Amino acid sequence: MFNHLLSLLIWLPIVGAVPVLLAGSGRPNAARWIALLMAILTFAISLFLIPQYNPDVAGMQLVESHLWIDALNVHYSLGVDGISVALILLTTFVGILVIVGAWEVIQDKPHQYMAAMLVLEGLMIGVFCATDALLFYAFFEAMLIPMFILIGIWGGPRRVYATLKFFIYTFFGSIFMLIGLIYLYLKAGSWDLHTLSTLPLSLTEQSWLFFAFLIAFAVKVPMVPVHTWLPDAHVEAPTGGSVVLAAVMLKIGGYGFLRFSLPIVPDASHQFAWVVILLSLIAVVYIGYVALVQEDMKKLVAYSSVAHMGFVTLGVFIAFMLVRDQGNTDAARLGLQGAMVQMISHGFVSGAMFSCIGVMYDRLHTRLIKDYGGVINVMPWFGFFYVLFAMANCGLPGTSGFVGEFMVILSSFSANPWIAFVAAFTLIIGAAYTLYLVKRVLWGEVTNPHVAEMKDINGREWFVLGAFAAAVLVLGVWPAPLTHLMDSSVNQLVQVLANHKV
Amino acid sequence: MPNINDILIMLPEFFLVTAACILLLADAFMKPAERVYLHWLSIGVLVVTGYLVLRYQPEGAVTAFNGMFIRDGLGAVLKLFAILSTILVFIYGRPYMVDRKLFVGEFYTLMLFAVIGVMLLVSAGNLVMIYLGLELLTLSSYALVALNRDSSLSSEAAIKYFVLGALSSGMLLYGMSMVYGATGALGLAQLHEAIPHSAMPHLLVFGLVFMVIGVAFKLGVAPFHMWIPDVYEGSPTAVTTFIGSASKLAAFGMAFRLLATGMGDFAQHWQIMLAALAVASLAIGNIVAIVQSNLKRLLAYSTISHMGYLLLGLVNAGPEGYSAAMFYAVSYALMSTAAFGVILALSRAGFECDNIDDFKGLNQRAPWMAFLMMLALFSLAGVPPMFGFYAKLLVLQAAIHAGMLWLAIVGAVFAIIGLYYYLRVVKVMYFDKPEAGTEVRLQSDFTLRLVLSLNALVLLGLGLYWGPLLNWCKQAFVG
Repeated sequence: MFNHLLSLLIWLPIVGAVPVLLAGSGRPNAARWIALLMAILTFAISLFLIPQYNPDVAGMQLVESHLWIDALNVHYSLGVDGISVALILLTTFVGILVIVGAWEVIQDKPHQYMAAMLVLEGLMIGVFCATDALLFYAFFEAMLIPMFILIGIWGGPRRVYATLKFFIYTFFGSIFMLIGLIYLYLKAGSWDLHTLSTLPLSLTEQSWLFFAFLIAFAVKVPMVPVHTWLPDAHVEAPTGGSVVLAAVMLKIGGYGFLRFSLPIVPDASHQFAWVVILLSLIAVVYIGYVALVQEDMKKLVAYSSVAHMGFVTLGVFIAFMLVRDQGNTDAARLGLQGAMVQMISHGFVSGAMFSCIGVMYDRLHTRLIKDYGGVINVMPWFGFFYVLFAMANCGLPGTSGFVGEFMVILSSFSANPWIAFVAAFTLIIGAAYTLYLVKRVLWGEVTNPHVAEMKDINGREWFVLGAFAAAVLVLGVWPAPLTHLMDSSVNQLVQVLANHKV
Repeated sequence: MPNINDILIMLPEFFLVTAACILLLADAFMKPAERVYLHWLSIGVLVVTGYLVLRYQPEGAVTAFNGMFIRDGLGAVLKLFAILSTILVFIYGRPYMVDRKLFVGEFYTLMLFAVIGVMLLVSAGNLVMIYLGLELLTLSSYALVALNRDSSLSSEAAIKYFVLGALSSGMLLYGMSMVYGATGALGLAQLHEAIPHSAMPHLLVFGLVFMVIGVAFKLGVAPFHMWIPDVYEGSPTAVTTFIGSASKLAAFGMAFRLLATGMGDFAQHWQIMLAALAVASLAIGNIVAIVQSNLKRLLAYSTISHMGYLLLGLVNAGPEGYSAAMFYAVSYALMSTAAFGVILALSRAGFECDNIDDFKGLNQRAPWMAFLMMLALFSLAGVPPMFGFYAKLLVLQAAIHAGMLWLAIVGAVFAIIGLYYYLRVVKVMYFDKPEAGTEVRLQSDFTLRLVLSLNALVLLGLGLYWGPLLNWCKQAFVG
């Protein structure tokens, strides 16, 4: 079983979607239970990654490789390093919570909803495992189909606009990456990511490829100025869709930078690092201000996601400045570590925030902040969780949100104090928009009579929010296991950064 | 004198001609109630023909009748898939034709003669043979389009098709006569040898232009695409399916025989012409499709753009590009039969089910059909893991390898634009509510449902494992 652990992780949820679909609309509970069973099984199997993966050894482990298409030398090759393991665990963890979270909320065609979620989960795991560029691309694109359906069928009133925008935006980004990958294949005769990373390329070639990759992953992350699909998609998506989108899908953009831009085009990445750093800082500061004025809770959290993901791209590309310009590998390592921790942490925090909003939306069917107020008076338990996640969102020490941002700011200080100064603004702006949100939603008098009728969270919701809360706290207090898991992979990345290709 | 060897080489064609003539006669003595036997007999004849094509497949290429006829790997692949798509047309089309009182013997015999045309065309080794195969195919097609003679839409489509088809045949013949004048050769192999020594290269280029126009008409690439939308919309849907699948395979075969086999050394001239045609097709096909409200018209414009992608493979002008283009033609044939198959399965007497609005809320009424259509549409749009994506991948790769990176980028950009209108149909099926007062009644024909399901699932299956098919396509161009 361990020889095919990764294949099992990818295909179990995808194949598991078939019985869920077959259960049909006539037996919604059967569909739900089968889906839950599949999600739990996937999570359980993903836990085997921890003992099976040796964090002290760099490079890909648990490797599987079969020739897929011989005419094009495409391989079905999978492998994980520390970064992938962390992201896969995040995916399977969130996978259970979105199924539980949707239990009785989704009444319309629940079997299709659950099946789409499972397929999506399998494809996302596939993205994190693929070590063949074409296989990666196939998973990367295939993922759009279930998400398109999820937003389109179960979304809000403007769901069609949002989901089309989501699909076309992402497709637009990735098709240029495809051209880049074909170019690389014709040059190297292989789609293997490791082979491509050792392929010598001139700076001109690298620059073109860099921008091809940048557009693909920048849309996914998303970075300013191609972030505009995200608020729309988040606002219109059903709660589960928003959770998966924020918790896992955005991470694929950051992950793509690590797998493609850094190893394949290191010199161009170094040359254009300032572009990404600048865009990241704009995301952190400007999008923070944009979040401040939002009136829709989901939109606010969506913009805050863009700002937080700015730290991921900042951490990744600041490492280039540190290694290449200053030879400071320790700080570079810190920056990359911080970016990784931020990815995982943001997965938990944003997933939790969207789940909280979902809880409120299920009761009042509105996401507008002004319709709420004084929720804590009627939903004390809910208030507890909400405040906890809000604190994590603004980066309070002791929560996971603090660790990553702190590491990135610290490392950018070594590169250039001014970058650190601008990035640190997030501590103020993030606190401002999050606390302002909490103030308007939770505190104060109950003014809306409907709010007074809201019931506190039930056992199912308690489970979802409790699981997120545990993850946020554990990661905040004791991030060492996570950093240890990714340590050697990050070290290896830092070495890759230093390799000149021209 | 033809010897026994020639006849053996052309055995599949001879068998099909004989069988088609017998069926034509048999039909005259059949009662209307017995016509269902004709249906199964025609399918049986096609299956046997396909078997013959495969069974006595020689190594490499052999010619018959003094080079008039070439039997090789390319011909085998194209013939098999043309036969396969015709069988699919028969299966999907039967309930539709019965509902419209078009379930007549002519449908079957004309169809079989059109298939013979396809088979001769893709195996032609001589300019005269190309013309012969082409006319057999198109004359049968004109009549098929006009089968529903009481419908003014159908008649208009047939007239349009006929006039433009005749015009394009004329252009093709004119071009051929120029080339003949410049080289004195009619056989494609002789032509290939004579071209470098021709004393009149300008005349050759002049002739080439007209031949390319003729090919462009048949493929339906812009700006010679005018007939496509009207013919697609006006024909009985079963006939549209045939024109959208087997005919496209034939057109690819003709393009290959004329341009690559015959004028391969002139590639630098026709490459650039094809590149320009590809850009025009991609632009017109993808942009105009956005505003269509009729699904058959939408698929017609989609064909135009798909033929643009196919040209991306041909401009490579090497075995790699030819195999990519053939892979594309095969994939397109399978995708379009699936998409039209769903339309056929949902239409009933007095209801064509060809407006996009007819598909509103299909997921709530017939979730399986909606799913099959979704597979076909995502495949047409080129989203992995569907088959259509890999076909696009190969032609883009071929274009880049030929040093036409710009062309590949144009193709990529129009893929994004094209995505929109496919998504729009998915949106209508999945996200819209069904309109009150309308209903969906599936054709109850079990064979249709089964084969259609297989057809659409194959698009997914081949997307997961397309290596053998690609190897097969590649083998056709080795040596």
